[in-house]
Amino acid sequence: MRGLRQGCTRREQAVRLAGQIAAMLAIAIPDMNGFDGRNGAQAASKGGATGMAAATAQGQAIIEMAGVNKWFGDFQVLKNINLTVRLGEKVVVCGPSGSGKSTMIRCINRLESHEEGRIVVDGIELNEDMTNVTAVRREVGMVFQQFNLFPHLTALQNLTLAPMRARKMARKEAEELAMHYLTRVRIPEQANKYPGQLSGGQQQRVAIARSLCMRPRIMLFDEPTSALDPEMIKEVLDVMIELAREGMTMLVVTHEMGFARTVADSMVFMDHGEIVEQAPPQDFFASPKSDRAKLFLSQILSH
Amino acid sequence: MRQSCCLATLVAATLLLSACGQSSYTWGWYVVWPTTEQGQRNLRFLVSGLWNTIAISGTAIAFSMAAGLVVGMCGIARHKVARGFNRLYVEFVRAIPILVLVLWIYYGLPVLFESAGLNINFDVFTAGVVALALSDSAFQAEIFRAGIQSIDRGQHEASDSLGLNYLDKMRYVILPQAIRRILPPLGNQFVYMLKMSSLVSVIGMTELTRRANELVVAEYRPLEIYSVLVLEYLALILVVSWLVRRLERRLGANQLAGR
Ligand SMILES: Nc1ncnc2c1ncn2[C@@H]1O[C@H](COP(=O)(O)OP(=O)(O)OP(=O)(O)O)[C@@H](O)[C@H]1O
Ligand SMILES: [Mg+2]
Repeated sequence: MRGLRQGCTRREQAVRLAGQIAAMLAIAIPDMNGFDGRNGAQAASKGGATGMAAATAQGQAIIEMAGVNKWFGDFQVLKNINLTVRLGEKVVVCGPSGSGKSTMIRCINRLESHEEGRIVVDGIELNEDMTNVTAVRREVGMVFQQFNLFPHLTALQNLTLAPMRARKMARKEAEELAMHYLTRVRIPEQANKYPGQLSGGQQQRVAIARSLCMRPRIMLFDEPTSALDPEMIKEVLDVMIELAREGMTMLVVTHEMGFARTVADSMVFMDHGEIVEQAPPQDFFASPKSDRAKLFLSQILSH
Repeated sequence: MRQSCCLATLVAATLLLSACGQSSYTWGWYVVWPTTEQGQRNLRFLVSGLWNTIAISGTAIAFSMAAGLVVGMCGIARHKVARGFNRLYVEFVRAIPILVLVLWIYYGLPVLFESAGLNINFDVFTAGVVALALSDSAFQAEIFRAGIQSIDRGQHEASDSLGLNYLDKMRYVILPQAIRRILPPLGNQFVYMLKMSSLVSVIGMTELTRRANELVVAEYRPLEIYSVLVLEYLALILVVSWLVRRLERRLGANQLAGR
């Protein structure tokens, strides 16, 4: 009990410190008010709330998957996937293990290639053309279950690498940007530590900040909290919820149904490589239409 | 410090062996005795090959690492042709004994050039470096390939998803990690190279072994002189392995537990 209270105070201190640094940075770098300049403006226009209705009504489609099929050898892992994600929309993908959730979102930044159908991200079609792929990857950030931080670089270096190499940003500017995002994920004090010296939750937050440093328009999350100890899940989810509030377009594979209820505009349920059901979370949780979704929900909510 | 202890022990052991041995051989350490004038002159002569040994193996290893990196990266390329080249290169070059390669390049290649109407003559050093580097590069290629392949797929995926291009990904993410892992086998190759440079003595390179051979011819004291040669290589290699160890520790400090 005492430990918990102490933890709270420490955390409050950290948050306060973070707030101060953020305020300082906001003065120094005016266009960094939101997680992203573009999305920040959008969040403001929506009054900072999740604003799902506004996004779905007004937002243009930023990800479009149409008739996507994919095979691993003889095994068809994706079957006729049709999915549209609008600007600012938050989509949560769930489904049993092996249903193709990871594969589907990995197609969106072409970590996996699809054999049939069309995938258009921010107006750019994903195909064999590597310039298209590179263009899409700069717009799309990804967070992995295993964090995949670069173990030989400090947290700060993890964050500055891509802006400096892929965006040709000057070191000083990149470091300011990195400190800004480390502050947003509430670990500016860990900047000079190596990933091996950080807890799982801290590593995952560094990984989120690393993606954000590329100023993506879309963020993909593949089970970002599945490798974390229970007490660290919340700190990562909190960061994600804040990101959602800022108006980021998000596609999240997760089994955290509480998180889904809070932020999702739309739930996608997958099974055996198909999208079986897509519905707003209140409908999906209250009255799933398919038997497969009912079964899945009963299993996942029972424990 | 520990190295010099080892050396002292070895010398002591050799001397002891000679003292208590019942064999009729009378030792002639005077040829290399550090307090006599003749001994000093001979020792200086023996050590005069040191620089060439270091220069030839150092140059060769620099080239072989560069070539090994390129050939090794071909081995994991997406293109079939590149992978085919890797296999062909490794299998072919690895199959040629270094001594044969030295002889072929020094004596054989000029004939080939001549018949093609070219007037290219290698000096001993160049021929030695080419032969050693070529031979070693096949092994280096396999080491680099294994090192790069040992890096978790997630590192590639993270780099790709951040929009790093292939060269940046290799240079800043994959190779720095791979090189830390392959330092021990790279150190092995360095030691191997120092030893194999003795083969270049056959074409007249005045390195450590050549000097020892020359002195043996003049002094007729093969046992004593080659024993010194052994100690020379031992000292050299202990220094190299100490340096590699140090580098390993220095780089390893960054990785702390890692993952
Ligand atoms: N590289 C691959 N080669 C062959 N089969 C694969 C490959 N990657 C995934 N699969 C298969 O494709 C199917 C879908 O995998 P995927 O990782 O997309 O599932 P998932 O829904 O993310 O599951 P989980 O919840 O366990 O992460 C699985 O049956 C898996 O075995
Ligand atoms: Mg998965």
